[in-house]
Amino acid sequence: MNYPEELSYTREHEWIRVEGKKGIIGITDYAQDSLGDVVFVELPEVGRKLKIGEVFGVVESVKAVSDIYSPCSGVVRAVNEKLLDHPEILNQDPYGEGWLIEVEMEELDSELLSSIEYADFAAGEE
Amino acid sequence: MEKLIFEKSVLGRKGHYLSPLDVPEIPLEKLLPAEFCRREALILPELTEGEVVRHYTQLSRLNYAVDTGFYPLGSCTMKYNPKINEDVANLPGFSRLHPYQPEESVQGALELMAKTQEYLAEIAGMDAVTLQPAAGAHGELTGILLIMAYHTSRGDFKRNKVIVPDSSHGTNPATASLAGCQIVEVPSNERGGVDLEALRAAVGEDTAALMLTNPSTLGLFENQIKEIAEIVHQAGGLLYNDGANMNAIMGYSRPGDMGFDVVHFNLHKTFSTPHGGGGPGAGPVGVKAALEPFLPKPVVRYDEQKKQYVLDEDRPRSIGRVKAFYGNFGVVVKAFTYMLMLGGEGLKEASAKAVLNANYLMKLLTEHYELPYAGPCKHEFVVTPRHTDQTGVHTLDIAKRLIDYGFHPPTIYFPLMVKEAIMIEPTETENKETLDAFAAAMAAIAKEAREAPELLQEAPHHTPVRRLDETLAARKPVLRWKE
Amino acid sequence: MAYLPHTREEEKAMLEIVGVSSTEELFRDIPSEFRLDRPLRLPEGLSEKAAWEKMQDWAGKNKHAGEYLCFRGAGAYEHYQPRAVNHLLSRGDFYTAYTPYQPEISQGTLQAIFEYQTCICELTGMDVANASHYDGATALTEAALMALDATRRNKIAVSSLVHPEYRETMGTYLRGRGAEIITLPYENGLTVGMESGLEQYITDDLAAVIIQSPNFLGSIEDLKMFADAIHGKEGLLVACVDPLSLGILESPGQLGADIVVGDGQSLGLPLSFGGPYLGFMASKEKYVRRLPGRIVGKTVDKTGREGYVLTLQAREQHIRRERAGSNICSNQALCALAATIYLALLGPEGLAEVGRQCLQKSHYTQQRLAVLPGVSVPFTAPFFKEFVVKTTEDTTSINQRLWEAGILGGLELSRFYPELENHLLLCVTEMRSREEIELLVRVWGGDR
Repeated sequence: MNYPEELSYTREHEWIRVEGKKGIIGITDYAQDSLGDVVFVELPEVGRKLKIGEVFGVVESVKAVSDIYSPCSGVVRAVNEKLLDHPEILNQDPYGEGWLIEVEMEELDSELLSSIEYADFAAGEE
Repeated sequence: MEKLIFEKSVLGRKGHYLSPLDVPEIPLEKLLPAEFCRREALILPELTEGEVVRHYTQLSRLNYAVDTGFYPLGSCTMKYNPKINEDVANLPGFSRLHPYQPEESVQGALELMAKTQEYLAEIAGMDAVTLQPAAGAHGELTGILLIMAYHTSRGDFKRNKVIVPDSSHGTNPATASLAGCQIVEVPSNERGGVDLEALRAAVGEDTAALMLTNPSTLGLFENQIKEIAEIVHQAGGLLYNDGANMNAIMGYSRPGDMGFDVVHFNLHKTFSTPHGGGGPGAGPVGVKAALEPFLPKPVVRYDEQKKQYVLDEDRPRSIGRVKAFYGNFGVVVKAFTYMLMLGGEGLKEASAKAVLNANYLMKLLTEHYELPYAGPCKHEFVVTPRHTDQTGVHTLDIAKRLIDYGFHPPTIYFPLMVKEAIMIEPTETENKETLDAFAAAMAAIAKEAREAPELLQEAPHHTPVRRLDETLAARKPVLRWKE
Repeated sequence: MAYLPHTREEEKAMLEIVGVSSTEELFRDIPSEFRLDRPLRLPEGLSEKAAWEKMQDWAGKNKHAGEYLCFRGAGAYEHYQPRAVNHLLSRGDFYTAYTPYQPEISQGTLQAIFEYQTCICELTGMDVANASHYDGATALTEAALMALDATRRNKIAVSSLVHPEYRETMGTYLRGRGAEIITLPYENGLTVGMESGLEQYITDDLAAVIIQSPNFLGSIEDLKMFADAIHGKEGLLVACVDPLSLGILESPGQLGADIVVGDGQSLGLPLSFGGPYLGFMASKEKYVRRLPGRIVGKTVDKTGREGYVLTLQAREQHIRRERAGSNICSNQALCALAATIYLALLGPEGLAEVGRQCLQKSHYTQQRLAVLPGVSVPFTAPFFKEFVVKTTEDTTSINQRLWEAGILGGLELSRFYPELENHLLLCVTEMRSREEIELLVRVWGGDR
């Protein structure tokens, strides 16, 4: 499994890339692997306000549905619409082309994990 | 595969002719404003009666069914569906009754419902029964709503947690959630029963109910039921029995005597009304006297003053209706006919033979499969394949290979707590030759798993379609035909 | 004992292999205090001949619609079911199968449901349909739940002219969830419209407006008006319709409905004292992943052959447990099959012809009744097969007179609408001949 060092992680298997005020959010390699073939992604409308830990979307495979929790508070600025027609991108490139949303951040969850911590955590989930 | 009926359609063909209109015709535009009239052409099949009959006869031949072979689906009780059930339900005196015709003209129907309620109450050791729920899951919802009504009627408003064991059917937590409750899951102990310590820790002032299937989904009788009932009742909660597995204990043991306050029945399982390819079934609910005032209305009962059976709508504490009218009456008629034919003794004998068949088949299978929880089992049991790591063969592959041997696969991957579970319920109506043949097929498959795993992984081989791409189906849903 | 195969010798051989001396031993794990120590108090079993005779007698205790003339509907309708339908339903390969969990050996049921879904989409003008619900009442309820989830709002407005038992069912279901339900009043046989203050009810916290058309009083509602009003507040229109009317009436989809539900019993299913019936549900494409219950989709196997599977199941109870949107885990498959075969036999022409006959015969009956002294027509809205008349004579006494002459008259509306005393809801389908209608009029008028 691959967990890039520059990202922060949640215990619900989301990642966030912080670029100044901007946060880009996706799900981890572990998450996409345990879900299996993703068949559908539901994303929030642009402009929606999110709280830390709020469910903002859904990722669905044939055998499971996973809610996606926000690792920060803020306003949704963009969503990855490519996923709506090509959900398989989430399996192929979870940290790149498979990003979910971009948020104008207000506050970041203070309990996020580093790449090493998350790798341990994910290993314990199996 | 068969073409769709729409693809066989030829514009202008007809399969049914009406009598000509025999009242003076009024021009349509005088009766309906134009904006209410259909503008787009309606596309429905256009075929002769013979073509329609041939099409659906061909489709029926693509199905596996109890009438065509052994169907050992765990927790589904695929027993033989007696033909008399169908004929009785089709009698016009049952099938052509309007739900709002005068009560005195449906006394036979109401009496049949009252008797069914009485028999089910006796079988489960309950005080009252409603026939309104249309399915097991519908019965569960009714039961939980009854429990919530009971608590709130006592001014007890904080009970909003429903406890379910990890072996429970998925409907149990989904039901409780729909009723507005939160779920607390308790683990099983090493014998597959409820972990009493965990249960003690889970109950409290907010406990509404424990939902339990007894015998469990592992086919084991929960012999700590007395302690479980005490723990839940002392905490002020009630006990709900998921009656999916009633076929194991009719005449031997009754949920009401074990301390259950509410139970649902699956008439399409235990009482042989057919499954119909997924429905209609019926999910009556039985309750102890304390919950009787809350039953869905109307309640069917005999009225001493009127000297007849009535549909009692005057039920001020009722939870209300859970569906229109009075339940799946046509299904109830079939279950009643079944009970009438078997009688009390026959029902007990059915359970006895269901348990014998399960134990016999379990014994035959344990030669080649693991038994995660030792028996004796009741009407069903769970086995797992051996050496999945080495063979790369999984439960799904075994299930699909069974199709090649001419059997319907058992329930698989359930209960969730058993990895690679294969859950088998033979039922009492199967003969020894069938059980022996199934065991032989399972043994042969176990051997194939070691020697030729690809045979299993590629199975089934001889069906009209092979394994279907479920990912594609869910990614790009095609849910209807279009020209 | 009936249906049990083992001979004494076979049972002995099986017990030997199990390793017990009697079947009773297999119940030893049930604690003795919970062993029933007496026989069940049920009657003794019967031979099939005795049971068949008894059940025929029992059925004879009821008076059925073949023995009286039915002029009553109110959610349960007598239409003609072509003989071929029941013959096909009686094939054991259909009715003794389980839910099609193993698609390779269930293509018959799966394809039939796919055809059913197509029929429902065609009738309703919707993009997608599921494999059915218990009945119209529960389909309507699940549509309300779906609208609450889709809009993330917590309030539903339902017309007072939606079937009272459907509304009550919805109330029972939604209580646990704590959603608010408001009821739209009616006037002149129709749900309150724009000219009489609809706007005050249509607020931006509404998840959906639920309208039945034809409504409980038989009148055809202006669905488009309700669609426009609620869409202005970004809520949904849930339409509850009679599928039999859709051969001639405009599809709710064309009129702006977002979710369409109803009971398919009118498609030739037997009255059966209120069940089993057929709840159907269809929606716009946008809500496809919120549709509860079973859904069949088309796909291919690895050799490229087309086939059908249950799909979009990941949100259902067996996978999502307490997070599922609904607890439903079955459908009325056999009833859906009956409706599909009915529609295939009738075709678009036949369905429209049944609709036209219902329309003509009900209007003819209304006109014939309206000339009787003391009978008036209180509402002026267009109707399809049901209509209301008001009488100066006590409705119970009219119905009593009719019943004695072998006629089931209209439903006394005061049962559900106390303000509609002396109002009767009548239903006339294609089943009724002119002669039978004339008999109704004669007896109603007091003339045998």
